[in-house]
Amino acid sequence: MAKKQYSFYPGCSSQSGASSSNYLTSTQSMVKLLDVQLNEIPDWNCCGASIGYAGGGELPRVALSARNIALSEQHNPGQEIVATCAACWLATREAKERLDHSATLLAETNEALKEAGLVFKNEAPAARHMVEVLIDDIGYETLKSGVKKPLEGIKIAGYVGCQTNRPFGIDGESFENPMYLDKLVESMGGEAITGYDQKVTCCGGALAFSEPEKSQKQIKDIIESAYDHGADMIVTPCPLCQANTEIYQGEVNKRYGTKFNIPVTYYSQLITVAYGGSAKDAALDGQIIRATKLEEIAGK
Amino acid sequence: MSIEKYRRNFLKEVEERVEEGHWVKMCMQCGVCAGSCPLGPHWEHTPQKIFMMIRAGKREEVLTSDSMWMCTSCYNCIVRCPRKLPITHIMHGLAYLAKREGLVPKNQPTAQFGQMFWDNLVKTGRVNELKLSLGMYFKDGFGQGIKNAMAMQSVGLGMMKAKRLNPMEIMGGHGIKDKSGFSAMLKKARELEDARRKLA
Repeated sequence: MAKKQYSFYPGCSSQSGASSSNYLTSTQSMVKLLDVQLNEIPDWNCCGASIGYAGGGELPRVALSARNIALSEQHNPGQEIVATCAACWLATREAKERLDHSATLLAETNEALKEAGLVFKNEAPAARHMVEVLIDDIGYETLKSGVKKPLEGIKIAGYVGCQTNRPFGIDGESFENPMYLDKLVESMGGEAITGYDQKVTCCGGALAFSEPEKSQKQIKDIIESAYDHGADMIVTPCPLCQANTEIYQGEVNKRYGTKFNIPVTYYSQLITVAYGGSAKDAALDGQIIRATKLEEIAGK
Repeated sequence: MSIEKYRRNFLKEVEERVEEGHWVKMCMQCGVCAGSCPLGPHWEHTPQKIFMMIRAGKREEVLTSDSMWMCTSCYNCIVRCPRKLPITHIMHGLAYLAKREGLVPKNQPTAQFGQMFWDNLVKTGRVNELKLSLGMYFKDGFGQGIKNAMAMQSVGLGMMKAKRLNPMEIMGGHGIKDKSGFSAMLKKARELEDARRKLA
């Protein structure tokens, strides 16, 4: 078997016409270029995300993830579950951890799953984030060797955010100063802003929507620091980090009298372009703030 | 009601009825959580204070606080806590108990948004971002909804232009196939949890 295969959990925000549809499009292009195969979990459901606690207690939320894992075990046996969204990854991994540690929760979860004709066998390996596939299964050196169009002359601030970084984080990385995004940027021939001090700052999460007056300070700090360090672009592994820092730049400008206009992209878009994909393959048409420097390289 | 037996011992109630609540007694009051929280300036009571208040039996004050709703789930407190308390989850658990006991401050916007998010995902198995946004804008009535939508017009148009917001989602949008199995699963999960945690 030549190709690496994974059971894929795309998540709600990645679907067509949703806020991170450009993430999914560029991921699909990226994995094709990297010769990786993603097998979507049939009929997957929402993970409950980080705000689901308000309406669902522990067991209903664990059941959401357990249903996805059970479907993965059934349809993509033996394959590791890979998620691109930070919250999807976290919820799935955390649910499995809780089910591993509590016999009561496991019994109750299976009682609930029975109603949907499913069973959690606990055969699936722990869920992983797509960046773990890139870093651990492919590796920086191999990634680097496939670059056709190096991202020369682009200064990129790697904004890791919260949930790809905490509480689990990427193996071998520090919670306070993870380096993997910088390394990915450099592997693609870009210039990483290594002194970017807001790389693990919280973007405000769901509060950007419900209590913007409280959360926009977070967003401002993240963008401002990227500007101060001369970044042309911000790159992130998380759909909510991307949405909050790109979509609300105009609102932040209104509130603070700033004039920010910095593109925020996904690592999958950088890799797709560096590997010779078109601007469309990289879903650069899905940017609200155009990533012009990346478009130029893609158009070369 | 069965919760009456807890009235004089809130810590015990939290241990039994709140997600990860059995960890509360492990807090050593160092304050690292309070200092690490990005929403720190907006908390009426920091996690550190909440834990002390639980141990002091201040049931009403804790469950009516709007502090728990200010958790953005960034997990800074968890990774920094020297005693490894799952603080984020305890805050979520307290928020959920407050909701079930009807003690959430009226019109707390994140509590409202969180409930809308849950109701939204339960309906089709997946989140419908358009309906969620509109629901949030219009939660305080039609007039206010129009005002909110106008204020956010440029954001919405930008999203539509980038094809990251689809107006057709209003017709139903994405969803899972096995909706009946999914609802039955969640209903059963809730029943089981309610029984175990004595939630009415």
